[in-house]
Amino acid sequence: MGGISLNYLVRRLLVFFLTLWVAATLIFIIPRLAPGDPIAAMVARLSYQAGFVENSNLIIEGWKERFGLNDPVYVQYVRYLTGLLRGDLGYSMARFPSTVSELVGRALPWTLGLVGVATVIFFVVGNLCGALLVWNKTPRMVRVMIPISMMFTSIPPLLAGLLLVYVFGFLFKWFPQTYSYGFGMTPALTLEFIANVIHHGFLPAMAIVLVTFGYWALGMRGMMITIEGEDYMILAQAKGLKPFYVLYRYMIRNAILPQMTALAVSIGTLVNGAVLVEVIFNYNGMGTLIFTALREQDFGLIQGTSFILITTSALAVLIIDLSYPLIDPRISLEGR
Amino acid sequence: MAEDITVKDAPVAGGTKKAGLLNRFDNPWLNWKFLSGAGILGFMFFLIFLGYQLWDTDLALSARAPLNLPPVGFSNWRGQEGIPEHPLGTENSGRDMLALWIVGTPRTIFVGVVAATVGMIAGIILGFMAGFLGGIFDDVIRLAVDIAITIPSLLVLIVIQAVLGRVDLLTMALLISLFSWATPTRYIRAQVLSMRESGYVQMARLSGVPVRDIMFKEIMPNLLPYLAASYIGNMQGAIISAVGLEVLGFGPQRIPSLGVAIFFSIEAGALFRNMWWWWGVPTVTLSIVFVALLLISLGLDEVANPRLRKAN
Repeated sequence: MGGISLNYLVRRLLVFFLTLWVAATLIFIIPRLAPGDPIAAMVARLSYQAGFVENSNLIIEGWKERFGLNDPVYVQYVRYLTGLLRGDLGYSMARFPSTVSELVGRALPWTLGLVGVATVIFFVVGNLCGALLVWNKTPRMVRVMIPISMMFTSIPPLLAGLLLVYVFGFLFKWFPQTYSYGFGMTPALTLEFIANVIHHGFLPAMAIVLVTFGYWALGMRGMMITIEGEDYMILAQAKGLKPFYVLYRYMIRNAILPQMTALAVSIGTLVNGAVLVEVIFNYNGMGTLIFTALREQDFGLIQGTSFILITTSALAVLIIDLSYPLIDPRISLEGR
Repeated sequence: MAEDITVKDAPVAGGTKKAGLLNRFDNPWLNWKFLSGAGILGFMFFLIFLGYQLWDTDLALSARAPLNLPPVGFSNWRGQEGIPEHPLGTENSGRDMLALWIVGTPRTIFVGVVAATVGMIAGIILGFMAGFLGGIFDDVIRLAVDIAITIPSLLVLIVIQAVLGRVDLLTMALLISLFSWATPTRYIRAQVLSMRESGYVQMARLSGVPVRDIMFKEIMPNLLPYLAASYIGNMQGAIISAVGLEVLGFGPQRIPSLGVAIFFSIEAGALFRNMWWWWGVPTVTLSIVFVALLLISLGLDEVANPRLRKAN
């Protein structure tokens, strides 16, 4: 990757690792800042549900010993961080023999697939729409249609998901309402299974795309208007270049760069939205996992899932940031 | 970056003489997006105000009305007709949906306003420090912003709320505000940074105007539309977080806000019992609020950036 200056690379990596460290530390500290201790609270909840828990003091002591909660805080902290480095997220309390890593490993691919596909769609469609809004050769019909299709922009994906699942899942029954593949199917790389997954994933993905692409169209429109006024556009037209070539090479190519930066900044918001969309559709990804963990008061699982999702977001941002100089040669010249 | 390019066109405070003459018709604040967005929100608040005067808001508590009634003119799966005593229907614990709307809507917006205001104040202070003082301040604040923006706030909020359990709305708003300073800070820093280099600020600096006056008398007025747009964006984000947390079950339960109503309806399977009014009333209301906020922020963008205006 010759285009990346060392300075830029180091700063990006620093931000990445600091983000992980801050997230891990927050997740470590928060339960310890709360009044009362988590194990006692958990046992209290158990006894609240079951009426009575025998030998609750012994259980509390046992768990404390097991999780090393009697050690000084800094010892716990170091042990926790080294555990994370080894990929050890501890056990799920509600589904005890399962480790958090196992459960997360099963859920993460679904979320990655859903959010990844949705992101590609809204980024491409949004930027294309924004570009077409400004391009002077755009057909009249398209110019009218795009703003109309953007009317759902800014509604949270969660609410769009509710509306979509009701209209297309419940009323029309065109799409399944829950889960990521049909009941009783075993995941396999067959055409039938893949079609089924797409069928199930369509509505959740649409819930994200429909309300998001308008933002990108608006951002792109702003960039394109600025570019339209540049001198090199006049030169391009004077040279008699084909309109499509001008649109692609002169306008979109320049306008897409700030959009990439914006994408990196919006990853966090995107993940927030996806978590909730999954809950609405009972999609078996990280969002639903965290929701079930909340239900079961499974604190270890909540922490682990949050941490892995934050890590994934940070990784996505890092990848976008590192690929940015590759498409914008000016960055390396500036030596940022 | 986007900001760097757009700022060059920022309107000069006071404007020229010609713009002053045309002010009545050419006032950038009078664009239709800003006005219609503000109008929608204003009308909604008017309806809520009317509702508080004319409707019994105690009906928003549970067990005050018959269960599961549909809105007037519809019938539910048991064949019950909607009755005028409960025009928007009722839900399965006997709350009147109209009363719930009157009580819940301002509560939801309240969370947004509190969280956005707190985040905004922090953002202005940090953004000005980073952009104006520069040096080590800038490095540290930029790093903090980069980290805070990367972390999906909802996940940390979930961890906090999993420990705290259900909290009241003010606490929830303050928790959300812990994560709503980063975007304004980033935005304001970029604006301040480019304004600092602009001609009139250089001029003021050369004339020996004190730093405080440069900040508040030279830069701040030009920054207003940006601040307003950023504030609206922040409010959207805060309401989204609040509704998200409520839908996950963390909201106050006795007097519900809109997100809590959605949580209850999902819990009770309202989607599949075709009780569309139950989740529909809060969902549509929230959607209208978000569209109105978007219109306002687009209008403010046009105020801040004359090029967007010209393109219309």
